[in-house]
Amino acid sequence: MNASNNDAASPTIIRRAVSAISSPGGRLASGGIVLVLLPLVTVALDRAYVVYLYDLVMVYVIVALGLNILTGFTGQISIGHAGFMAIGAYASAILTGRLGLPFVMAMPLAALLTAAIGFCLGIPALRLHGHYLAIATLGFGVAVSQLSAVWEGFTGGYQGMKVPVASILGLGFNSDLRYYYLALAVTWLMLAAARNILRTRPGRALMAVRDSEVAAQAMGVNLAKYKTASFAASAFYAGIAGSLYAHLVKFISPFDFNLGVSLTLLASIVVGGLGSVTGSVLGAVFMTLLPHVFSRVKNLPLVLTGVSLIVVVLFLPHGLVSLPWRLKQAAARMRTRMGMRGATRRGTA
Amino acid sequence: MLAQQIVSGLAAGCLYALAALGLVLIYRTMDIVNFAHGEMAMVSTFVAHTLLARVGLPYVAAAVGALAFSALFGMLVERVFLRPIQNGPLISMMIMTLGLFMVFNGAAGWIWGFDPVSFPYAVRGRPVVVSGLIMTRDSLLVLGVTLVMALGLYLVLRLTLAGIAIRATSQNAGAARLMGVPVPRVYSLTWGISSVLGAVAGILIAPTTFLSPNMMAEVQIKAFTAAVLGGFSSLPGAVVGGLLLGVLENIVAGYISTQLKSTFAFALIVAVLCIRPSGILGTPPRRKV
Repeated sequence: MNASNNDAASPTIIRRAVSAISSPGGRLASGGIVLVLLPLVTVALDRAYVVYLYDLVMVYVIVALGLNILTGFTGQISIGHAGFMAIGAYASAILTGRLGLPFVMAMPLAALLTAAIGFCLGIPALRLHGHYLAIATLGFGVAVSQLSAVWEGFTGGYQGMKVPVASILGLGFNSDLRYYYLALAVTWLMLAAARNILRTRPGRALMAVRDSEVAAQAMGVNLAKYKTASFAASAFYAGIAGSLYAHLVKFISPFDFNLGVSLTLLASIVVGGLGSVTGSVLGAVFMTLLPHVFSRVKNLPLVLTGVSLIVVVLFLPHGLVSLPWRLKQAAARMRTRMGMRGATRRGTA
Repeated sequence: MLAQQIVSGLAAGCLYALAALGLVLIYRTMDIVNFAHGEMAMVSTFVAHTLLARVGLPYVAAAVGALAFSALFGMLVERVFLRPIQNGPLISMMIMTLGLFMVFNGAAGWIWGFDPVSFPYAVRGRPVVVSGLIMTRDSLLVLGVTLVMALGLYLVLRLTLAGIAIRATSQNAGAARLMGVPVPRVYSLTWGISSVLGAVAGILIAPTTFLSPNMMAEVQIKAFTAAVLGGFSSLPGAVVGGLLLGVLENIVAGYISTQLKSTFAFALIVAVLCIRPSGILGTPPRRKV
């Protein structure tokens, strides 16, 4: 009642602005403006370190998106995604640093190489289900991290290797603020691509595979093709993210891609919401910021990650992305209960 | 040289076998791969150390106390965290155990500190030499304990009523329930036994790895490999897989490179899964539509 009164009283220009923002195009544009201005405001507030965190968040948004394509949309569990990220990062570092390729070429090449390895891993994975796949991918992640430590001539071993500054047509992305816009553009591209792929025929085929392999086959979905493609696409995303990560931190070592990172990635899509693009973004933001907010106490981020996984599995199986819906549901239930109580009281009176 | 490598590998293999037995037991009965298995064993080993060093109990008493703790701990974890979701999707249970893995690992650091602590060997003394092969007394003990545990588990599952209930539940939980088997209690028992098996492995390996929250990370991956190698659905398979892995790995370390031990384990997983996914002794899983 109050709201409608306010609406009538408010000037038409505000109402029009509100409706313009809440339209799909308007929401996109206003979201875009916020994202473009966000780092500038942060720098103006003298929090330059936070801009680095924004960059890191976008890296993890991209990997989480890729992992969600594989796990959330195709139902294939991976506990070794940091391995793919490592391949992308090292490939990009070697292509730009040792071979002198420009960044614009190195990033897609690194991602394609990662996708090719993802495709190859997808072939043995075809025979594996559930737990077995989880263990195999776990082994993959550990093996990549170990191999990158052992191949010293190639990767610098535990000493790590330096990564040159990314530059496009002579414009060097040497500050976190500049890098933000590069990462934003890449992230936007990857998000848009994921949304579009998942909405069309291949995306529906992946979801059919996830929900029932037998039913999917009966509908004419080629299991082998779509599962390996899902692995390749997921690895491609991880490769892009790895490359972006390498040129952001400019120094990589096997420690950047250990089992813990793989587990964090899995945690981010579970906490955010399996099978949801928005969920991947929410989860990646949550999981990237968590360790930085609680970094004062050793191990606290690890324990909190574990606790959030347990809480989500027990109480919020569809992740953070389902929270608004769940709250609305709970509110509605509360309202009916209140209403019923009111009715009985009136009835007895 | 080769014979020595094999003999030395057997002791390590025994530990993998013990850890893998616990994994396989839970997998067979509940269809869960417990990613927190190693961390639960680590917690029990820390309890043993606390009983030993702080309380001042003798070695055997401390070990028995820690094993009793680990049985209760395993049952508690099942009751509190896994029972509510036991009919949920596979991925939920897997993520639950991964979450527990993180919580146990992190909390152990808070409770017992982050620096590695030394843990005493059960037996000391000069190595035993049998026809040119050197064996430490500790590894002989490890062999003996593993043999006893594996045999004991076999007899319990074969001969006791509880063991028959466990086997019935793992074959078909629904039918077992109809026959009057208290399935929830069987799950509790399974977790208790599995946790004890892990704890034994933890206590036996602690002297070599030192005691720290991350001591079981390597063993856990090896236990997975052993279980895959022997067959995740077979208890004898876990023992065979563990021993075989220990020996093979030692040969790789001796002749190729010590750094590639874990990579070798992964290569082995991939090879087994490609050639014979059900493992050496496992039966191919029946896939339900």
